[in-house]
Amino acid sequence: MAKYIFNRLFHSVLVMFTISFIVFFIMFKAGDPVELMLPIDATQQEVIEMKHALGLDQSFIIQYGKFLENVAQGNLGNSFRYGQPALDIVIERFPATLELSVLAMIFSIILGIPLGIISSLKPNSILSRVIMFFSLIGISVPVFWTGMILVLIFSVVFGVLPSSGRGEVFLFTSALTWDGIKHLIMPVITLSAFQLALILRLTRTGMMEVLLQDYIKLATAKGVPRRIIVYYHALKNTLIPLITVIGIQFGQLVAFTIITETIFAWPGTGKLIIDSIQNLDRPIVVAYLLCISVIFVAINFIVDVLYTFIDPRVRV
Amino acid sequence: MKLFTNEAVIEFMEDKMAVSGLAVFILFIALALAPSLFTYQNPYDLTQLFLENSFQAPNTNFVLGTDEQGRDIYSAIIYGLRISLYVGLVSTFISVIIGFSAGLISGYYGGWVDTLIMRVADIQLSFPSILIALIIMALWGAGIGKIIIAITLVNWVYYARTARGVVLLEKEKDYTQSAQALGMRNLKIIFGEIMPNTTAPIIVIATVRIANAIILEATLSFLGLGVPITEPSLGSLISNGYQVLFSGYWWTSVFPGIVLMVLVVSINLVGDRMRDIMNPRLKR
Amino acid sequence: MALLEINNLKTYFFTRNGVVKSVDGIDFSIEKGEILGIVGESGAGKSITGFSILNLIDDPGKIVAGEIIFNGINLLTLSEEKLEKIRGNEISMVFQDPQTSLNPVISIGDQLIETILYHNKKVAKKDARKTCLDILKLVGMPAAEKRMGSYPHQLSGGMKQRVVIAMALLNNPKLLIADEPTTALDVTIQAQILYLMKKLSKDMNSSLILITHDIAVVSQLCDKIAVMYAGRIVEYGRKKDIIFNPMHPYTKGLVACLPKLNDENDRLYQIPGIMPSLLNLPEGCYFKNRCDYADEECNTYPEKKQIDKRILFCHKVKEN
Repeated sequence: MAKYIFNRLFHSVLVMFTISFIVFFIMFKAGDPVELMLPIDATQQEVIEMKHALGLDQSFIIQYGKFLENVAQGNLGNSFRYGQPALDIVIERFPATLELSVLAMIFSIILGIPLGIISSLKPNSILSRVIMFFSLIGISVPVFWTGMILVLIFSVVFGVLPSSGRGEVFLFTSALTWDGIKHLIMPVITLSAFQLALILRLTRTGMMEVLLQDYIKLATAKGVPRRIIVYYHALKNTLIPLITVIGIQFGQLVAFTIITETIFAWPGTGKLIIDSIQNLDRPIVVAYLLCISVIFVAINFIVDVLYTFIDPRVRV
Repeated sequence: MKLFTNEAVIEFMEDKMAVSGLAVFILFIALALAPSLFTYQNPYDLTQLFLENSFQAPNTNFVLGTDEQGRDIYSAIIYGLRISLYVGLVSTFISVIIGFSAGLISGYYGGWVDTLIMRVADIQLSFPSILIALIIMALWGAGIGKIIIAITLVNWVYYARTARGVVLLEKEKDYTQSAQALGMRNLKIIFGEIMPNTTAPIIVIATVRIANAIILEATLSFLGLGVPITEPSLGSLISNGYQVLFSGYWWTSVFPGIVLMVLVVSINLVGDRMRDIMNPRLKR
Repeated sequence: MALLEINNLKTYFFTRNGVVKSVDGIDFSIEKGEILGIVGESGAGKSITGFSILNLIDDPGKIVAGEIIFNGINLLTLSEEKLEKIRGNEISMVFQDPQTSLNPVISIGDQLIETILYHNKKVAKKDARKTCLDILKLVGMPAAEKRMGSYPHQLSGGMKQRVVIAMALLNNPKLLIADEPTTALDVTIQAQILYLMKKLSKDMNSSLILITHDIAVVSQLCDKIAVMYAGRIVEYGRKKDIIFNPMHPYTKGLVACLPKLNDENDRLYQIPGIMPSLLNLPEGCYFKNRCDYADEECNTYPEKKQIDKRILFCHKVKEN
């Protein structure tokens, strides 16, 4: 077990190195930031001095080494636009993004799994068909359009929900104030629509397959009550592989905050990265990519390790 | 694993939703192939646009209204559909070829080739596709060719994994082993024996991925990182309309959005049905 | 009164290609402590008969007619809740494939214990566990204590089948239905498992229905035999009558397949042809195309005949 965890940890570190290399390579290839940093009327001498000061006249390998050293010290340079350390800016905004992603994930799970189970039990009933129809819409509608339509209906036409911002924040979240909740409703629904539909469909397919298995029939033959068979025997088999999916989908949610935050002017990292891409604010982009990579790699690691505890078949 | 037999076709036809999905998809392809036949305006020919027509709500002249420049939204949608479908289909086609080959090679030869390809795939899959595509487009700037490459880079993994999975299964089967025992060349086994058995699952996945590619393109275009403004897709139309949504010109973004949704729903209906047919255990 | 009496049972499957009459009007009964063998080729309807008794027929199948009278109650009239009380308690079942019969993510112990607890809520979990251990030992499970915490994938096929058999015996059922309990197992342990089942059912004084394609097995274990062909029983009676004096041409063929050690002709007998598809049954007797005795008369389905204690469906066998 310890060996397995160690192996996975080693793998995660390796992946982080690969990612840091790719991120640096992209930045290196993307061209020279000096021209952006100096005033337009800077002399050739000033450009050379600045390049030297930043170490940009060194070879690729040396620059990469310097980059890793800086990363290790938590120094990713200052934002061109805000003048503050890029990493601080990104980290400062992460709570808002995580709040949105975590709430959307919870919303998708607590609605998706039960609806998936319901639609798997009587797949031909009217209720199942209605559920499946909406889940089809859910996986087919782009996130940005869901957000737009919600804004059109609830903000523009009815004016009942605010279309932008985070509202009143108490402690670290807006979910604890009424104003905050009103600001959260539409972004969370927008962000979770696709994931909810996906989890619903995976639960349904999983349940339908599991319910046809011999061991379910044997459990029935043993006289186990139907609801125990569905909610314990079958569900346990369905949910175990779903853990991996939920892990990966959480990463997707964090990424899709880019769109949701853009639409709802949510002050998180997603909006920050789009602004920074448009403003060519490279340190922020790098800081964001590294931070988000750490999140993804961590999620993958946690899911893998968790899996060995939950699925008896892969216990190591 | 049957998909092209008469029985499978009959089964497909039994699902009215899937048949309507297919019909809509074919209709959209027809519209996209010759947009000028079905529109009364070329929305990108400036000589056909008149500013006095700007921001008209849907009426008898302009059934779906007009945008800021007096462009007919209906015509713009048909032309946008063309771009969206083009990007979706071409990127899927290229991803299938690349992913399929990578998966075949990976599964067939195994060893370090397999490890390398699958490691790359694993790392890539642990990253949301939207993020990868976004970074690529941010670096390169907008462009149809660029977006096709970006989507291909994101999507090849799915086909590679599927093809590899099927190859590993087929490899164990008797005919492959007997073909090998008979001294058939590797390439001949791959293309003559394994490939025909891999096509059905790949087609099913490709159908769903076309839908995904179209959404991905639309999303990137919405963020201004997709197709150039001169060749707007459905996503860019929605994006343009979004700018004026709060001014009450809802038709400029709502109608392209509905068409995009109908397109993706219809593709998903077809994909779902094909998947059900191929999974006989779920049949009731 | 018989423990179980089945009258005119019909279980049909409504598939896209037509109605499959998997079980089409069969009758048999089993007394307390008796062992009944149901024998036939695969697809003859044996397993469906077994599942029908517990009302375990999945869509698109349906029990369309008949009576299943157990202890004087027609099981087909019972609600699902009442059936749940009988399943695994008064009637239990052992499935064909031990590899797929156990839930892969629930421990062996939990799967055993729940079988007791759902039927008898007053039993303390500790006592239920004790009962499970005793029965595991009874079915010859080595290191039973340790196995309670194991998961199915950690056990061999033979061990899994012992668990399934133990599970079926936990509540001292009056009737045990074993559907090809040894087919998926290694030949070397097949006999072991079969004799174990026979011994246990005799010890507990419970009845056993043994479903198998193997006439050799029924000839050794059973008191009564029902021979099924294409969804119907063709011959049914005491073992000694069926095995030593088969009358129906199909049964004759099956018995002729039994290898005899002192036989000089060492070629095994084989019944020519295959069983017709249930979607495309011939007019008249279903066996006529494979039968050496068939003639014009066989173009109608034979009436039921009773000869001594034997039931028979064949035109060619004349009463007395």
